[in-house]
Formats: sequence, structure tokens, C-alpha cells
Amino acid sequence: MSPTQLIIKELADKYGRSREHLLPIMQGVVEHENYLSEYSMVEIAREMDIPAAEVFGTATFYSFLETQKMGRYIIRMCKTITCAMKGKSQVLLAIQDMLKIKIGETTADGRFSLMQTNCLGLCHKAPAMLINHDAYTDLTPEKVREIITEYMNKPL
Amino acid sequence: MTTQKINITLNGYNVKVDKGTMILDAAKENGIIIPTLCYHKDLCVAGNCRVCVVEVAGQKRLSAACATPCEEGMEVMTNSLRVRNSRKHIIELLLSEHNADCTKCYRNGSCELQELASEYKIMTQDFIELVPFKTYTIDMFSPSIIKDDSKCIRCQRCVRTCSELQGVNALTVSHKGDLMKITTFMEKPMSAVVCTNCGQCVNHCPTGALVEKNYIEEVWEAIANPDKHVVVQTAPAVRIGLGEELGFMPGTRNTGKMVAALKRLGFDSVLDTDFTADLTIMEEGTELLGRLKKALVDKDPDVKLPMATSCSPGWIKYIEHMYPEYLGNLSTCKSPQQMFGALVKTYYAKARNLDPSKIVSVSIMPCTAKKFEAARPEMLDSGYRDVDYVLTTRELAIMIKQAGINFPALEEAKYDRLMGDSTGAGVIFGATGGVMEAALRTAYEIVTGREVPFANLEITPVRGMEGVREASVKIENPKKEWAFLDNVELKCVVAHGLVNAKTVMDSVKSGKADYHFIEIMACPGGCLGGGGQPIPTSPEIRKKRAEAIYAEDASMPVRKSHENQEVIKLYKDFLKEPNGELSHKLLHTKYTRRERF
Amino acid sequence: MATSYQLKRADFIFKNENDWEQVLSKILNRTSQDLINELISSELKGRGGAGFPTGLKWKVASELEAPEKYVICNADEGEPGTFKDREILERVPYKVLTAMVACAHVIGAKEGYIYLRGEYKFLEPELEKVIDEFEYYLKEINFDFKIRVFMGSGAYICGEETALFESMEGKRGEPRNKPPYPTNYGYNGAPTVINNVETLAHTFTIFKYGAKKFYDLGVQYSRGTKLFSVSGDTPKPGIYELELGMSLQDFVFEFGDGDTKAVQVGGASGFLVPRKKFADTAIGFQGKLTGISLPTGGSMMLFNSSRSMYNVLDNYLEFFREESCGQCTPCRVGCQQLLLGIKAVKRGEKPASYLDKLLSLTETMQVTAKCGLGQSVANSFSSIVENFREEMIY
Repeated sequence: MSPTQLIIKELADKYGRSREHLLPIMQGVVEHENYLSEYSMVEIAREMDIPAAEVFGTATFYSFLETQKMGRYIIRMCKTITCAMKGKSQVLLAIQDMLKIKIGETTADGRFSLMQTNCLGLCHKAPAMLINHDAYTDLTPEKVREIITEYMNKPL
Repeated sequence: MTTQKINITLNGYNVKVDKGTMILDAAKENGIIIPTLCYHKDLCVAGNCRVCVVEVAGQKRLSAACATPCEEGMEVMTNSLRVRNSRKHIIELLLSEHNADCTKCYRNGSCELQELASEYKIMTQDFIELVPFKTYTIDMFSPSIIKDDSKCIRCQRCVRTCSELQGVNALTVSHKGDLMKITTFMEKPMSAVVCTNCGQCVNHCPTGALVEKNYIEEVWEAIANPDKHVVVQTAPAVRIGLGEELGFMPGTRNTGKMVAALKRLGFDSVLDTDFTADLTIMEEGTELLGRLKKALVDKDPDVKLPMATSCSPGWIKYIEHMYPEYLGNLSTCKSPQQMFGALVKTYYAKARNLDPSKIVSVSIMPCTAKKFEAARPEMLDSGYRDVDYVLTTRELAIMIKQAGINFPALEEAKYDRLMGDSTGAGVIFGATGGVMEAALRTAYEIVTGREVPFANLEITPVRGMEGVREASVKIENPKKEWAFLDNVELKCVVAHGLVNAKTVMDSVKSGKADYHFIEIMACPGGCLGGGGQPIPTSPEIRKKRAEAIYAEDASMPVRKSHENQEVIKLYKDFLKEPNGELSHKLLHTKYTRRERF
Repeated sequence: MATSYQLKRADFIFKNENDWEQVLSKILNRTSQDLINELISSELKGRGGAGFPTGLKWKVASELEAPEKYVICNADEGEPGTFKDREILERVPYKVLTAMVACAHVIGAKEGYIYLRGEYKFLEPELEKVIDEFEYYLKEINFDFKIRVFMGSGAYICGEETALFESMEGKRGEPRNKPPYPTNYGYNGAPTVINNVETLAHTFTIFKYGAKKFYDLGVQYSRGTKLFSVSGDTPKPGIYELELGMSLQDFVFEFGDGDTKAVQVGGASGFLVPRKKFADTAIGFQGKLTGISLPTGGSMMLFNSSRSMYNVLDNYLEFFREESCGQCTPCRVGCQQLLLGIKAVKRGEKPASYLDKLLSLTETMQVTAKCGLGQSVANSFSSIVENFREEMIY
């Protein structure tokens, strides 16, 4: 068994193999591999005995279930109204400048991916972003540089 | 149980309808047509195009007629100003998203969106055309189907067809919002995924987003080439479907007119796939009896039973993807189309003293999967490509119209010879259960020397439109050489529509079923409901076509495959015996294990 | 005529007395009918935005016979400018869980779920701990009810009840045709009570203090208190519990920065109210208040005169264009047309009168879209375009 197959089997054993457990299983794979590869979707389909096309179709509905290769740390910058009003563009520029990537791209070392996302529910502390599951608020270009630097020193 | 009747008013008139009837159906019963796009009789209700919205008194919002059940006292208006304006907006929105290049579209004149736009007289395009803002894929990789996303209106009829009728799920909905689209696993070409090429998506698509890949020009060119001898074969279901494209009601038999039209189109020889359908029965029946003997007499543990039919190329590709471990259970017989192709460039060429390299072999099929089948690399056993071009029933109708033939006025004509003779058994290949029935007619008689014990040879248990039908025939007092079959109850199952094939295969896989022989046709109703048949399709239309097939059978002088005189002659002059060496070379094939995505 | 109503702050939801065991044991000692009556007499309406009477929901579900029933807490808070549910789950999760158990007791459910939006994944570990405490307690008292967290994965539309069920069933979060409604045919086709996080938290208040306490707050048709998520151009962004029925004027007086040009009430799917209409606008469910009365999920976004209303609308429309599930024509294509349309007008590629065509399109979307998302795009579009037409053109 490949590592991916093992992960999927463990997840399926934990949650179950009926259709209603597709989301938790896909989320579990993303926890390990940062995204859903073609291979992992085929394996999920096989393990759950559902069509691969439906795994793909379902995954692409959800913005946190990426089907393109992603970095270890996925930065999701909120672009909805309050964050947009409170300087999200400058923060985004600071990140892009620091990581030398554009929105939707991943750094060459596979450490960071930069995405935009819709309202994070942190509008009173705008601008806000997520790095994987952790929320960062009241961002400024200075503050975001510090945060990113911290992540640069984390293990891959 | 009687259904409760309730009172509603429809556009001001009081009517009684069954409780729970959807507004759309209630209106139709009372002579009011509400336009639809995502709705299809074969499929579950989606309610997503919103073209069928109607006004219900007391409701702030409009209701989708396809998805809203009638309630006592409901006042429904199907044509109020509010309804009309909203509906018009929705059609305009769909047009703004649709590559409305109608004059260059294959479905020009038979497009449901075009029809609606015309009905509602959408004369201007106020909304911004969205097509230039997007990148669309036109998938032309498949030899059977072209998928043009720029013409897709996202009604999801194809997705529901692929899932509900076929259980294939090659097509899916992906992404959301403005990016939502109909696609395949990882947006691969249809030719790279589980698609069986059955063409049911084409049959159910309201626009030109999914169409068959047509080979009309290639065939015209071959006909016009004086160096080529162009042979055409016609599948059983074409003769009862073709009329629908040419002004006849569903269920009209047009065999003679079709043959006449093909002659007028300029084909050098008009022959019948029914001939090789009869031949298939000889080969496949012999194969089945051989397997039974191996199992019952030789106790060979490796013999693969149940044996499954192999005439339907959609079913073949399905099992290659989904149950590859059962490929050994498939009959090794090629489909009638491919048997025909292999014989045309060998037996026929020799008999007619023709250079096989100068023969162009064309087939008219109710099927899009046949295009893929003809293009399979293993289908070259004659030394040439066995079948050069496959046209659907619809493509033939287009050629007849292009040639200016007044089809209804044609005098009936007869098939040419060689390979134009057929029996009622060959004809019923076009309906679900037909192969089984034809096989039983022959096998029973070979084994017992008596006719199959059903009145008028009609094996009714395998007929009908039930998705899965089981039947068994007990063999009593067989001939001496078949003594091992005495008192054996031959268990058969028939399924049509691949979603039902899944049911059968799963019960085989689980070990619950103890069938000997399985007939599976990929399309609902069998070939008569094929993906290459006239559009629209519906359960009622398929029922009419089936009646026509059985009427055709009943009208034939010979109704058993083994009594086909040309088939007997073929064995005598060329093949020698069923499942013999030459048969194996020309008429049998092998299968390929494929990925399951 | 302006409603002369002072802003009344309240402190129920976040009052943390850690007394859920007492409250819950009292609840479980009461009959289903008794609790339903209490809820109905409180006149609590759903706090997610739609405002359906909560007591009625529970009543209908309690009367249905079914082998399975579910209680679902809708924590897919995604409306731009709303962040109250996160705060409740962070600070007083036990109130929500108590209410879920109460509902299970009333309707006879054995399973409950909290559908937590993917963006709030960081809340999950703490929430699981509190659930464990509850399960321990429920086991002790022999009450058969399991609560699980179901994580969303980033899709605004899953806040729509039937889309949420689809998502929980492992599918694309596409809203279903209605009828049937969730109470009759919800998760897995079973009768389901689905309530917003805040709604459940209010039921805790009601069961603890009695319906009268709640009913006495607010105004007719809009009883009780409500959490407001205040953001935008305000010196004090945050969450505030206020009695319903205040005038927007009073609200702006309290939360504005002195230069408030407009307030977006109810998030991107709500309405924009310009300064000149502040005094005539009351915040509550539709009722017989003077002037306009607006239902709200509690999002209040303030804009001062430095903000371009064109940019605001552009931002909303981009949001809807992306977050529409895409299945129904009016919403999928309509949102794209509205966004491209205002851009075209702004650039002078379409005449100003094209805005009227778009306004009539939003009317169609409002009456033909399959679910609340597509239906409500008209709210912000028409209120912004009608009140700030010049800003759309020049």
C-alpha cells in the first residue's frame, strides 16, 4: 500500500465508507498532503466505491479542498468588503513581495501557497487571513512580514 | 388504491388533478404546455433551469412548475405578464452564456434553447455575452462524441443521464458559481475516462453541447469515388427509428423505404446487420453450449459462467472499466457490426470478386459507441479496418434530407445479396431481451430438436421494459449428444441501461446469482433507445419502437437464426463450422482492462 | 416619522455563569409540550437572517413520527460582516449544546450535528472538549443523544439549510427544491430541526429565565435581543447585544464615526441604507413599525464618505458570483451579468439606462432563483443602485 492509500484506508476505517463521509475523508487527506491529487481522488473513489468523477466534482465545490498542488502553508487572505476597505491590498502586496509569488501560486520550495478567500468572519479585526487553520487579524504589511518570517522558520 | 383528487385553477379554469401531481404535469394533462429545459421524462427532477416558473396566487415568488406539487385550492397562472417577463429574462440569460452560433451548429433546427428563443421572440441581446470572457474546451478526442462547453447551458441532463440511467458517472458537475461546469474526472477528455460512448448524454442534451462525431462528408466522398465499392449495413433498430427524423410517428416501421433511400444515396450494396445478428446467435450459442459442456461434463474449474453477451459496445467498455475481473465471462464474439465488417472484406469481397482494399464499409447504427468500437485497434482482422465509417440513425436522416429524397413517397425496396438475408431473430436484437430470445429460440432447438416452448416463439418473460428481467428455461428430453443438459434449468437474465447492468454484475459478484447467460444492452430499451437514435427519447417513445421491432419479427417468414439461408451458406462455403478456426480469426475478439475513473 | 427608540444594550448571550448542568437538568424535567409553549410564547425568531419562529419549528418536528430525527446547529456563518456565531462558540459553547439537547428532548432526536464552517476550524478542538463534557453528563443521566462536529470546507452557500444537508451527505452543497422543507425532510431525508448558533443560544436564555423576560425586550414582532456584528468605518468594531427595534439613526449615533454615509444591514445579502433614511429605518423583523423595518442576521457594516459605493457593490457581486452554487440560471448567470454590467456602465461601454435593465433582472432573480442566495442579491443591488446611482455611473 502506498502512503496515500494508507491514509485513505485509515480515514475510511475511522469515519466509514458511505457517501456522507466523503467530506471528512477528503479533509483528512488535505491535512496530510495539502491538496487532493489525482491519485488520492482515484483512491478515495475506490475505497468508498463511488465514482471518481463525483469525488472530483464534490471537491471542486469547496474552496478549501484544492485539487491543484499546494504548499505546506496555505495563506488565505480575506478579500471581502471590510478587509478590502481596511488595507488588504497592501498586506497582499507585502506577502507577494516577500514570497515572490502571485495569488494562486506556490513558492518553489513548496512551503507557501497564496490564495484569496471570501469573508473569514473576522471583519471587526480586518484585514484578516488564515495560514492553514490559524487566523491572523489586524494585519499590516509590517505585521504580516513578521508572521511569514515565523513560518519560514517552521519545519516543512 | 385510488388517488385523491384535488381542485386547482389553471389560468382561471377549475380543474381536478391527482394529489401530489407536479404543476407541470397538471398543466400538460389540461392542455397547457409549460416550457422546460432541465426537465426530462427519463430523469429525476432538477428544477435548476427555472424556465418553467409559474405564478401561484398568494406566493411572493414564482414556482418551478416541474418541482412544485399541486395543492388543494392552488391558483396557478402559467402565462401571466410576470411569468412571461421572468421567463424571457431567463432565456436571455441562458443565451448570454451560450455560444449562440446557431447557423454553424450541428443541432441547428433541433435545439431546445433555439426553439425557446424563437418562441419567446428574443430578438435582441441586451445582456453582455459571457462566452468571450471564458476559456472553453471543445473535446474532440473521442471517436464518438464531441463535447463543446461553450454551448452548454448547465441543465445537467447529461450528468443525470450518465448517473441515473447509466450509472457510469463519466460526466459530473464541477466547481461552483460562474466557474461551475459539466466535466469529467480532472477535466480529462471523454476518451480518457470511464465514458462508454453510449451517447445517452447526446440523446438527452437540449443543445449542441454534446453531439455525435459525424462522418457524413467522409461517406459522401466515398460514394462519389468511382474506385470505391461502398457497402452499407443497417442495424435492426435503425429501420424502426429512422422515420421519426423524417416525418413519421414513433413506432413506424420503414425497412423498405430505408433500403430504397440508401440505394438512392448511391451505396453500391445495401445489406443488413441482421444477417450477422443471426450469425452471432450461431457463434454465441455454440460458445455458450461449449461452456456449459465444459462446466457440466468436463468439470473444468476455469470455465467462465455466466456468459455475457458482447453485442453492445457501450456495455463492453463499461465492463472493461468497472468489472475488468469479469472480462473472461464476456462472449468472445464480436458484435454483429464487426462480424459484418470482417466478412465484407473477406467473404463478400471474394464472392463478389472485389479487391478488399477498394471496399468502403459503412454501417448505420442506432449507436454512438459503435463508432468507438469500429476504431478499436483490434478490429482489423480482415487485414483492413473492418468497418470504415459508422453513422447514426440521425446522420442517415441528414444524408437523406441533403439528397433531397422525399422519404415518405419512396417505393419500398429489398436488401441486396450477399449478406442481406435476415430473420425475425436478427431483428429483435434491436430490443432489450432480443438477443436472449433469439439465442433461446436457436439453442433450445439445437439441443432438443424441438421449438422453444413458447406460443408463437414469443419468449415473453425476456420482453418488456423492466430494468432487470430474469427467466429460466428447463431443458427436457434433449438429443443424445446434449444429454448432459437433461433437466438443466437454464437461468438467464436480461438488463438494459448500464445502471441495471451494475445491479446484475453486483449480484454476480456477490455470488448471489447463479445465472448461465446474461444479456446486457447499454442503452435503455436496448438499441432501439440507443444514443444514435432520433431525439427526443422517452419511455413512451421507446415502448412504441419496441412494439415496432416485435411486429417486424412477427411479420418475417423466417424467425430463427439457424434457419437463415445465407448464414447456412456462409458456413458451408466459407467458415465451415461455428466457433471454427476461421470464425475465431474473423468473428471473435478480446478485451482490454481499463482504469476506473 | 422616526421611531424614537433608544439603543438598549443587553447582556444575556455572553453572560457566563457556567450553570449549564442546572439549566439542562431543569429542561429535561419538563415536558416537550411545556418547552414548546415556552418557546412559542417568547416569540423567538431565527437569528440566521430568515426569521422563522423557532418554537413552531420545534413543534412541527416534535409532532412528526419518524425513526430518525436530527438536531443541527448551523454554524456555517459566512455572511460578509457577520462574526457573532464564532464568538458564541468560542465563549459560551455550552449554551448552544444545552439548547441542542433541549431540542433533542423536545423532538425525540438521537443525533445532533454542529456544521462548522471550514474557516472556523481553529474552534474545533475546544468545542470537541465541551462536547465530551456534555456526552459524559448525558451518559450519566442516561440520555441518549450524540453530538458531532461536521466541518465545512469553504462554501458560503452551505449556510442555506438544504445545501447544508447536501454537504453533510457528502455532496456538492447545492440547495434542494422546496417543498419539502427541512423540518419534514432534512438531513438524510429525516425530520430535522436546523437552527442558527445564536438562535440556540437565545433558547438557553429563554429556558433559564423564562419566556417573559425575553418577550419583554424588543418591540412587537421583534422580541428579545440580538447580537450585532459591527464593522467597517466605526471606532468600535465588535459584537454587541442589543434589543431589537432600534432606529438606525440611534445605531449610527452610537457606532458611527461622525461621517457615516450608509450602513449595510444584513451583510451582502441585506440592504444598504443611505444617511437620509437612517431615521426611518428600524432594525427588526418585518412588522408594523413606522418606516422601513429590516430583518438581519446581525451584520452591520458602516461606510463613511470616503467609500465608493460602486466599489462596495463590485465587491459584493464578486462575492456572489463566486459563491453561487451555480446550479440555477438566474443566480449563476444573473450574478455574472450584474457584475459585468456595472463595470460596463462604469467604463461607459453601456449607457446609464442599462442599470435599469439590471434592476429589472434583479427582480427576476428575486422571484425565480432556487434559493435565498440568488433571491437576495437583489437586496443590495437595488438598494445601492437606487440610492447611489451617480456613483455607479461617474
